[in-house]
Amino acid sequence: MIAPEGNPYMERTRLRATTVPIASTLIGSAMALIPIIATEPIVPPFGLMMLLAWRLLRPDIWPVWAALPLGLADDLLSGHYLGTAMILWTVAFLVLEWVDQALRWRDGWIEWGVASVGIVTIAIGSWALSQPSGSLTSVLTVMPQTVGAILLFPAILRITAALDNWRLKQ
Amino acid sequence: MAAPRHRRRGFSRRVQYGLFAGYVVAIIGILLAAGLLLIARLDPRAFGTLRGIVVDAGAIFTGAGRVGVDAGNDVGAEISAYFNAASQNRALKDELARERRAVIAAKAIMVENARLKKLAHLSEHLPAPVLSARLIGSTPTGQRRFATLAAGTSEGVRPGMTVRSSEGLVGRVYESGIFASRVLLLTDGETAVPVKIIRTGQAALAAGQGDGTMEVRALIAGGRPFRRGDLAVTSGTGGVYSPNIPVAVITAVNGDRAVARPLADPARGDFAAVYPIFQAPVADPPAQPKP
Repeated sequence: MIAPEGNPYMERTRLRATTVPIASTLIGSAMALIPIIATEPIVPPFGLMMLLAWRLLRPDIWPVWAALPLGLADDLLSGHYLGTAMILWTVAFLVLEWVDQALRWRDGWIEWGVASVGIVTIAIGSWALSQPSGSLTSVLTVMPQTVGAILLFPAILRITAALDNWRLKQ
Repeated sequence: MAAPRHRRRGFSRRVQYGLFAGYVVAIIGILLAAGLLLIARLDPRAFGTLRGIVVDAGAIFTGAGRVGVDAGNDVGAEISAYFNAASQNRALKDELARERRAVIAAKAIMVENARLKKLAHLSEHLPAPVLSARLIGSTPTGQRRFATLAAGTSEGVRPGMTVRSSEGLVGRVYESGIFASRVLLLTDGETAVPVKIIRTGQAALAAGQGDGTMEVRALIAGGRPFRRGDLAVTSGTGGVYSPNIPVAVITAVNGDRAVARPLADPARGDFAAVYPIFQAPVADPPAQPKP
């Protein structure tokens, strides 16, 4: 018998272990569907926050290109031009690969700092990429949701950690 | 805590190649996404079917949630109405008496107006609405200002149609799915509405600023053509928006520019009416000189 039962090296990863991170990020992006009609961006980008939380907590679950399909879903839900989050999220993943090598010390505060820099940069980037030519929209319109996102990020990290425990529970 | 080392290259060729392939795919993906962005710049209606499907799918969830939001609003309104009942009753009675007088005056003016128009041989080509539907949601996380309308191509809603509520202009249909569509709100950066100021008749252009306001610019430079409280209505210039729909009220003046707030608040949960694209009536062409 090649793969006897209980052999830990031959066990396949369970469905739940792979789908929970993807599904939770998609649900984060789908927070754009809450039934309020906003005349300015006020809801934090939960999809991006979930993505960063998973990437910081478990750097090894996703290959670098995983940000592409997740970004496409976020673009479709948020009404941006297709490609906006695809570019920004994948670049963020590539930069985080480098950050992982560069950082010699990690704790909660450093992760919060890394995520804050990412959230602010991506907010400004998505403002720049999503505006039509000749738009009068100021970059300051992204400020309220960005501040909210930075303040809420530790809570998102906790939720992600709880989901991670549930995902890997035997 | 010292940072854990992951993505260790090690000596396994398989792991090394796998990591490298991941980077290559990511770079190719970024280039593809840049191509998608370029397509979107050149043709904003590209991938309309895919986007329409997502709008439809999202509207199912948003529409279901909207019922709860409406119910919540209603409860709040009911409670405050109970507390204000007596004073409101008195105020409303006074207002009713005033309004009755105004209505009588308005009726007289209407008759007079019709008579004068008949004299001047003026006829108006104002389109009838296609339908009215509810605004159920928006894109509150994104940098663009869209609202979701609970009607799509199956009811005849097409991109470019005008959406207005009882208070004034709401925006234009941007993309439509089968039973839901996205409305480009007045405050989006892509909106530009030709308006005129009622007080002076001055022609101007109102453009969205993305933060709940619009910027109004006079078409003729110089002077201070705007005052706080001025009302801007569509001028009908260039078609698309039919004339004399209330658009915005000016809240701050800054030289020959002004900041205005849209009159129609799409968050009210009221119905919005969809109008076909307005085409300005073509004037008689000038007579050709005889050879």
